[in-house]
Amino acid sequence: MRQLITMLLCLTLLNAGAQTAEEKGLAIVQEADARDTGWVDSKANMQMILTNKQGQKSERSIRIVSQEVIGDGDKSLSIFNSPKDIKGTAFLSYTHSLKPDDQWLYLPALKRVKRIASANKSGPFVGSEFAYEDLTSQEVEKYTYKWLRDEEIDGKNHFVVEAYPAYENSGYTRQVVWIDSQMYQAVKIDFYDRKNTLLKTLASSDWSQYLSKYWRPGKMLMTNHQTEKSTELLWKDYEFQVGLTNRDFDKNTLKRSR
Amino acid sequence: MHAFEARLAQFVLDNRLFVISISLVLVGLLSYGCVKLMPDTSYKAYFSEDNPELIAFEKIEDTYTKNDNVIFVLAPKNQDVFTGETLSIVEELTIDSWQMPFSTRVDSITNFQFTEAMEDDLIVRDMAKNSHSLTTEEIQKIKQRVLAEPLLINQLVSESGHVTGVNVTLTIPPAELTAATPEIAAFARQLQAKIEKNHPQMKVYLSGMIMMDDAFNQSAINDFTKLLPVSFAVMMLLLAFLVGRFFGTLATFIIIVFSIFSALGVGGYLGYPLTGSSPSTPIIILTVAIANCVHVLTTYAHSLKNGAHQKDAMHDSLKINLQPIFLASITTAIGFLTMNFSEVPPFNHLGTLVAVGVLISFLLSISFLPALVTLLPKSNIKLSDNHGEFLTRFANFVIANKKACLWLMVGGITLAIINIPKNELNDVFVHYFDENIDFRTDTDFMVENMTGAYTINFSLEASESGGISDPVFLADVENFSLWLENQPETIHVARFTEIMKRLNKNMHADDPAYYVLPDNRELAAQYLLLYEMSLPYGLDLNNQINVDKSSTNVKSTLQTISSKEGIALDMRAKKWVEENTSKVTHVDSASTFLMFSNIGQRNIRTMLFGTVIALILISGILILALKSLKLGALSLIPNLIPAAVGFGIWGLLVGQVGLSLSLVTGMSFGIVIDYTVHFMSKYLRAKREQGMIPEDAVRYAFRTVGQALLVTTMILVIGFGILGTSTFYFNAGMGQMTAMIILVACVAVFLLLPPLLLKIEDKNAPTNNNATVSDLT
Repeated sequence: MRQLITMLLCLTLLNAGAQTAEEKGLAIVQEADARDTGWVDSKANMQMILTNKQGQKSERSIRIVSQEVIGDGDKSLSIFNSPKDIKGTAFLSYTHSLKPDDQWLYLPALKRVKRIASANKSGPFVGSEFAYEDLTSQEVEKYTYKWLRDEEIDGKNHFVVEAYPAYENSGYTRQVVWIDSQMYQAVKIDFYDRKNTLLKTLASSDWSQYLSKYWRPGKMLMTNHQTEKSTELLWKDYEFQVGLTNRDFDKNTLKRSR
Repeated sequence: MHAFEARLAQFVLDNRLFVISISLVLVGLLSYGCVKLMPDTSYKAYFSEDNPELIAFEKIEDTYTKNDNVIFVLAPKNQDVFTGETLSIVEELTIDSWQMPFSTRVDSITNFQFTEAMEDDLIVRDMAKNSHSLTTEEIQKIKQRVLAEPLLINQLVSESGHVTGVNVTLTIPPAELTAATPEIAAFARQLQAKIEKNHPQMKVYLSGMIMMDDAFNQSAINDFTKLLPVSFAVMMLLLAFLVGRFFGTLATFIIIVFSIFSALGVGGYLGYPLTGSSPSTPIIILTVAIANCVHVLTTYAHSLKNGAHQKDAMHDSLKINLQPIFLASITTAIGFLTMNFSEVPPFNHLGTLVAVGVLISFLLSISFLPALVTLLPKSNIKLSDNHGEFLTRFANFVIANKKACLWLMVGGITLAIINIPKNELNDVFVHYFDENIDFRTDTDFMVENMTGAYTINFSLEASESGGISDPVFLADVENFSLWLENQPETIHVARFTEIMKRLNKNMHADDPAYYVLPDNRELAAQYLLLYEMSLPYGLDLNNQINVDKSSTNVKSTLQTISSKEGIALDMRAKKWVEENTSKVTHVDSASTFLMFSNIGQRNIRTMLFGTVIALILISGILILALKSLKLGALSLIPNLIPAAVGFGIWGLLVGQVGLSLSLVTGMSFGIVIDYTVHFMSKYLRAKREQGMIPEDAVRYAFRTVGQALLVTTMILVIGFGILGTSTFYFNAGMGQMTAMIILVACVAVFLLLPPLLLKIEDKNAPTNNNATVSDLT
């Protein structure tokens, strides 16, 4: 009996020393999450440029306001500035890790707020190559992880981690994420569709650090390998800790947000 | 005059090993090109890169999404789709279909995004989920919703709800298409087998463009592995029976194989792909090239029988046959080369490669064949002269009844020709395959029970970015769709204005009075934004709206109509848009159906031009060879008539002329001309060299070439007849029609040419001397 206990103890210790790939993956993502905690709220302007296979382009511009929620997904409000037909349309969402997000849309032409009751997160966001699930806040619990390898790109070390969606109705089987080991931010993500073939690649670049802590990309390029369409997001005018309150993210005040 | 033939014969027979070696090296070099042959089984192989309808089609595909698809049609035995079990099967198949290689979208009645309003909520969800646990009332509710949904009825479900479909859209990089097709088709069949095994009460049918591509593939494999060996076996048996010499047959076999591989090798070097039409190439080369060997070997056998030494017998044979088989080969090659006037690449390739094969077989049969045959031991000869006697009697009969023959033929020909207008130019591309190919029967089932196989996409453009939300533009799209829906050819019209109306109703608490288009541009744009936000992966609107929201695709599904009707509908639709819309600045239309329809129409025109060119070239050669303008011109009659009669009979029996049949005139012309060449040259030789009167000259011609003509007719008719049994209509139609034309040509040479010759010669008796004089110079 005593021997058995000693053996079990040894095994447990051994395991702790030799982290599994799953544990290492999770640890990296937790560290990334920890480093990106505490920003409270933010504002930014985003320009979205859609390009199809024929090279035709289409633009949208959106102002995005976010509030950090500790212990659940963040809240965000997106207000469309252009094209002019949808100017003033506001989209409010409370993201949640595993259950469907709460979503409201204010339609200025109808002068009404509508709740979107849909479990779908995988459709294209305003016709772009970004799915709604690519743009919402990335909570740790949304995925399970596995560290694959470390990889050096342009002299910088990256953790390559595979993430598997833990929520229902995802459009993906898995994502392969390249996390810069300095910034602890995803600089590249490969998305694999339901039949596990490469669907899209997101490359984020032009990084800036805000409040000496939080890294944000100035440019995100999503390329769809199957349809050869692409979408570019250009981020501008980032501001942090601007003093937003819960009232700014209330569906009843959605009409007044401009 | 025969000096060249004699010198060539002498050279070949003096340097037999050298001739054999050099032939082997050249054949080897050419055949090596076969390794470069790559299959291209896509239907797009039938269109050149600059084909305007293909360009329009690809433009629409690039603006919206690809049109490649696989569609499962599910038919439960109880004739009711709306049961928990069937709906569960549809759900499961929908999920499984996402695993199909290259799938980018799956549409079914269960994953259709149903929208409804509940207070201030817009609910967007799958039409049916967890169907096996639904109550009867819930299933009845689903049934009502599905059968009331304009986007589903006659598209993914029948009006009575007795069959339903699951449509899988695929996006395949062009370079991978050929490899992907069998992979996708195999995956689809696996799903089909799985359902049919687990649910014996369910029958599953498979259709869609990828299944059609796969059918091209299957029929090509079928033709290569079944028809080609059968042709070889039948031809060799026929040859052994008719020529009666083992080594002669063996040598012919070798030459045919060499000609085929060399021709295909040339195709490889030229970068020609293997398509559904490719199996025709070896079968036609086999059939046409055999005649050359038959001529050389029959004369050789005759001389041997008369006691000549092997080499001397071959020397004689070459001397006599070189010119006629050269003429026959060159005219046949010209006939096939006219296929290059077609704008369908596989037909260009077919024509060129058969021409190359025929010319190579000609070269081999005057070099390699004599060298090899004279080196091999001679076997016993079984040639009988009984045919000669029969043919003489036949000649006497024709001469005695020349008027009757002439009138009989004129009557028969007239009867046939008046039926030519019964041919309708039509490419029913679903019917490119016969009932032995599953794609055909499955698609027929789909067309009879659920939806059409023909579509036309109309891309309507607004003048500015976001312009599709303009109420006037929306009304234009809706009115056009309604007009299109009311055309007798139309089964279904899919348009995004349906979604707009539904959303407008949802946004007004599902009040049916609001099932109309929104009257305000911003409102429409915001509905669209809202709706797009709530769609799942793969069910977006990208297949109907471009990224700039400045154009939309209206997809019409049509009955199985003729090419002409299809083109007419397309023109009518575009004209309607031009005259009746105010905010549509441009309309493009495209589809596979329009591609095949237009190319079919144009192919007739280009092939008519090609046939005229062939006619001029071949007639010119004939006039030069016969050294008589009058007789050359006269010989056009028995050459032109077979094709005319062939199309007349076709009009009576079949009535539909598709893409490949328009090629037949040019190529058959090159083959049937040989009959006239052989007959006329013997007739003239009798008259000029032996001073015979026309009647005797006709008897002489019948006696000397009658048998060879009957033998070649038998070979050609059987060879093309075998091609006529192909499961692929392009090959089958071409084979059947050519076999018929050759048969008619044989009859024309036997029954029409002699009376015509005698009639002409009676009137202009003095020309006899002129001909003799010219022959002496």
